Amino acid sequence: MAGELLIAVYVFVLAMFVGFEVITKVPTLLHTPLMSGSNAISGIAIVGAIVIAGRVDSPLNTILGVIAVAMATINVVGGFLVTDRMLRMFKRAPDDRK
Amino acid sequence: MNRASPFVGELIAIAYLVASVLFILGLKFLSSPRTARRGNVFAASGMLVAVVATLLDQAIISYMWIAVGILIGAILGGWLAVAVKMTAMPQMVALLNGFGGAASALVAAAEFFRIDATPEIALTTDVAVSVMLAMLIGAVTFTGSLVAFGKLQEVITGRAVTYPFQKSLNAILFLAAVAAAAWLVVSFEHPWVFLAFAGIALVLGVLLVIPIGGADMPVVISLLNSYSGMAGAAAGFVLRNNALIISGALVGASGIILTQIMCRAMNRSLTNVLFGAFGAQAGAAAAVTAGDRTVRSVSAEDVAVMLSFARSVIVVPGYGLAVAQAQHTVRELASLLEKKGVDVKYAIHPVAGRMPGHMNVLLAEADVPYTQLFEMDQINREFERADVALVVGANDVTNPAARTDPSSPLYGMPILDVDKAKNVVVIKRSMATGFAGIDNPLYYLENTSMLFGDAKKMLAALVTEVPNV
Repeated sequence: MAGELLIAVYVFVLAMFVGFEVITKVPTLLHTPLMSGSNAISGIAIVGAIVIAGRVDSPLNTILGVIAVAMATINVVGGFLVTDRMLRMFKRAPDDRK
Repeated sequence: MNRASPFVGELIAIAYLVASVLFILGLKFLSSPRTARRGNVFAASGMLVAVVATLLDQAIISYMWIAVGILIGAILGGWLAVAVKMTAMPQMVALLNGFGGAASALVAAAEFFRIDATPEIALTTDVAVSVMLAMLIGAVTFTGSLVAFGKLQEVITGRAVTYPFQKSLNAILFLAAVAAAAWLVVSFEHPWVFLAFAGIALVLGVLLVIPIGGADMPVVISLLNSYSGMAGAAAGFVLRNNALIISGALVGASGIILTQIMCRAMNRSLTNVLFGAFGAQAGAAAAVTAGDRTVRSVSAEDVAVMLSFARSVIVVPGYGLAVAQAQHTVRELASLLEKKGVDVKYAIHPVAGRMPGHMNVLLAEADVPYTQLFEMDQINREFERADVALVVGANDVTNPAARTDPSSPLYGMPILDVDKAKNVVVIKRSMATGFAGIDNPLYYLENTSMLFGDAKKMLAALVTEVPNV
């Protein structure tokens, strides 16, 4: 069990480093889409929520699971769609507008 | 997660790896506006892969409730994404942060109740600690984000709310939460203690955000963004799910970086933002210095002449521009000037909007090409050469006292060096102070002209006047 925990910690620490590397390269121009987009990624909690809602072990847990699935889905769907909506608006030069 | 068939289990694990790679690539493509849209599609595909793979999990008995949750979430999320105004993006992100945090907290709670009800599951300390962390961070993110949403939406006061013993109360609550968590880690089977713990965490989220003033919301949203990632990572530790751990870490890192950038742009430490209750008594110091100095008020015609004969104009938009919904009018004015051969650029201060990068989105929405948008460090050298700096709805970020006056509360804050331009035109409703409630000496400079009035009306007046010059 300790080995498993250690691997999880490894993954977490390395992912933090990847995150810092990748995100420091995002220009301030795109910081709002970065926030909404990364927000959508944090909706990954949906993966845990799905298993809980589908496991049907107790009514309480199913209710918690369904609410969690709904909230995470709002996060995922809303986040990705609104990010796309914003990114569509960023245009390069006056002449290639439209 | 119990995996009856090792094959399916491995398939799911590989799918999570693919999803994680797609998330990282997605964020990587955000480094340029040309590839950013593709990046978002990558990240969204990663999420789809992760969700589909999870549906194969053999612990799942019924799909009905999953479908119900996804359906409700997709409808609400889709509606939010289509309906939200670009000026309301900070609220939207705050709300989404809150939901993400809540989902992680609920996952942790469900795991607690499941482990609590199944004596056969051998509970390890690290899972117990992870459950507590996910619950705490998730709950704080949830209610904290709701308060941030309320402040930005102006449902509740944007002022910093303070009361006696505020910090002591928060400290006591925090210690109580830690104590409850420690108790639960030692002996897990106390549902009431867990509920009390969850309750304290929810209250803590509210109390931590109410003393923070509206002007500091960009920092708070960034920080809550980071928290929502951390809550996800903690939930990942609970479920031993690498996809959650990786995504949580990525989002956590992103939030931390944005928080740092925002703090630096406001020249404040994070501690000062969180506990300083900046802006609680705003307005008190305002009128003190305004008295005997003179301001030069000009008409729209004067400004139209000045702009038309300029070689280069730098527009400095602030949040006031967005409030007046004048982005499109400013874009119209810029097009007219460009036709006359004037070089137009936009200077964007990091805290020009109400969240990181907000002003860029608002201008992009008004069809301003992003090649004309310059961040502070790029544009500050150019003010000296600019004929006119046109300040619309920006105040504190142009305050030269930040550079020169050590007694000013803004001292040391990086600002746009608007005062160095040959001429400065400030469109402003009145001499009222900015968000921070601090007087701006820029308005009394010799090269500054004030065009008093509503931003949108004045810009519209300029749009009619410029062709007549």
